[in-house]
Amino acid sequence: MTLQDKVKPLQSLLFGGSTADRVVPPTGQTATLTGLTAGAMAFLAVFALALSLATGRLADRWAGALAQTATVRISAPVEQMQTQTQKVLDVLATTPGVQSARAMGQDEIKALLEPWVGPDLPLDALPLPQLVEIVETPDGIASEGLQLRLKAEAPGAILDDHSRWRRPLISSANHIRLLGFLSLALIGGATAAMITLATQAALAANAQVIRTLRLIGARDAYVARAFVRRFTQRTLIGALLGTAAGVIAVALLPAPAEEGGFLTGLGFSGLQWLWPLAIPVMAALVALASTRMAAFRTLRSVR
Amino acid sequence: MIEFHDVSLGYSGKELLSGVSLKLLPGSFHFLTGPSGAGKTSLIKLCYGELPASGGRIELFGQDIGTMARDDIALLRRRVGVVHQDCQFLDHLSLAENLALPLQVAGQTADAQSLSELMAWVGLAAHAQSLPPSLSGGERQRAALARAVMGAPDIILADEPTGNIDWDMSLRLLRLLTELNRMGKTVLIATHDLNLIRAAKAHVAARVLRIQGRNVQLAGADL
Repeated sequence: MTLQDKVKPLQSLLFGGSTADRVVPPTGQTATLTGLTAGAMAFLAVFALALSLATGRLADRWAGALAQTATVRISAPVEQMQTQTQKVLDVLATTPGVQSARAMGQDEIKALLEPWVGPDLPLDALPLPQLVEIVETPDGIASEGLQLRLKAEAPGAILDDHSRWRRPLISSANHIRLLGFLSLALIGGATAAMITLATQAALAANAQVIRTLRLIGARDAYVARAFVRRFTQRTLIGALLGTAAGVIAVALLPAPAEEGGFLTGLGFSGLQWLWPLAIPVMAALVALASTRMAAFRTLRSVR
Repeated sequence: MIEFHDVSLGYSGKELLSGVSLKLLPGSFHFLTGPSGAGKTSLIKLCYGELPASGGRIELFGQDIGTMARDDIALLRRRVGVVHQDCQFLDHLSLAENLALPLQVAGQTADAQSLSELMAWVGLAAHAQSLPPSLSGGERQRAALARAVMGAPDIILADEPTGNIDWDMSLRLLRLLTELNRMGKTVLIATHDLNLIRAAKAHVAARVLRIQGRNVQLAGADL
C-alpha cells in the first residue's frame, strides 16, 4: 500500500464528499461556535506550550549555569586570611573532583556585591570574606567530605556547592513546565468536551434527517462521516487561525534579556517555533475522535 | 420476501400485536387494513426493522432481522422502498437531490436521465429544483413513492400513502403502485380506505390482510 493510499481515507474524511456533506443541513451557530472555541483554545495552547518550553529552557540554564561549580567562603581575621586561603587552595588541590580552584580578587568580589550595596559604599573599609571559586570535573566533588576537611584545615571556610539555590529553582521550573503541559492537556480535554456537546446538539437537532437517512438504507458510518467531517473541518480551521494568532502574539513579546529575567524569555527558540504546528493537528484529531464517538453513540439510539 | 413467525409487539407493557404469522411472496400485492391504532404502521415498521419485535421472528429476504447488525439492516433496507404517511424528506435539499439519496447512500450516482424519467413518471418533472416544503400533499406523496423506487427495491411498503390527498390523486398513486407490481415488485399498502382497496382490486390481484384482535387475518371477498 502506497503512502497515497494510506492518506486517502483521511483526505476523503477531511476534504472529500461535498455531496455527502450536504445531507446534513447547515448547523449554523453550532459549527461557527465550534470554530471560534477551537481558535480560542489553540491560542491558549500556544501560550501554554511557550510557557512549558520556556521553563524547560530556564531549568536547563539554571542547572547548567550553577552545576559543576562551587564556592568556598572564608571568614577569618585579616591577619589569618592569607594563610587560611592558601590552606583551602591546598586542600582543593588534592580533592578528587576539583578541576580548578582560584581565589577571587577583591575587585571581582566588589563587583558581585555592587548590585546590592551600590557603587559608592567604601567596601575597602569592610571586612569582606575571601571567595574561592571551584570548577568541578564532570564527576563532581563529594561535598560532605570536603566540608569536613576544610573545617579541619581552615576553620573559617564554608563550602557552598550552590545546591540549596539550585535545587528549589530547578524544582520550581520543572513544576511550572509540568503545569504548562497539564494546561495543554486540560485545553485538549475542554476542546473535546465542547466539540462533543456541539456534535450532540447538532445530532439532536437533525434527528429527523438521521431517521430519514436510516430509512433509505444509510449506514451509521455514512451519517456519522458528514457530522465528523463538518466539525473536524471547523475545528481545524479555527485552531489554525488561533495558533497563527498565538504565534504572532508570542513573537511580539520582548526579546529575551538578562535584565528581564524569566518574563522576556517566554517564547520559542530555534526549531521550537515548529512545535505550535502540532496544535491544529492535535485539535483536529481530538475533534475527529470526539465527534465520531458522539455521533455513533447517538446513532445507536435510532434503528 | 417477508415472513412473520408468531410475532408479537408490545409498547410499555401493552401488547399491540400478538402471534402474527404471515408471508408475503415475491410479486404479491397486499393491503393491510384495520381500525386506527390497530397497529398497521407498527407492522409496516416491523417489516423493515425500524421497530424490534418483542417476540417471534421476522425474516426479510430470508434473513432474521432480529439478529442482524445495524449495518446489515441498512443494506437490506436498500432493497425495500418505504413510503410513509408523513413523507420524510431532507427539507434543505431539492426534490431531485432527495430522490437521488437512496443511490447516494449506497455509494452510487443517479444519472440525470433516469432521475428526470422518474420525476416525469410521478408527474413532478417541473419540480426538480423545488424544496420539499413547497410541494403539496399529493406531490409529496408521489415524490415519496419516486424516492422509494429510486434504488430499484424488491419490496414497496406504503403506510397510508393516500391519507392526505384527494380521491383523484389517490387513484393516480394507486396506478403507480399497481404499475410497480406489474414490474414484479412486492407491494404492501397499509390503509383504512376500503374504497381504495376496491378500486385496486379492479386492476390487480390484491389480497387483504386485516388486523383484528391483535392478530392479522386474511380478509376474503367481503370487501
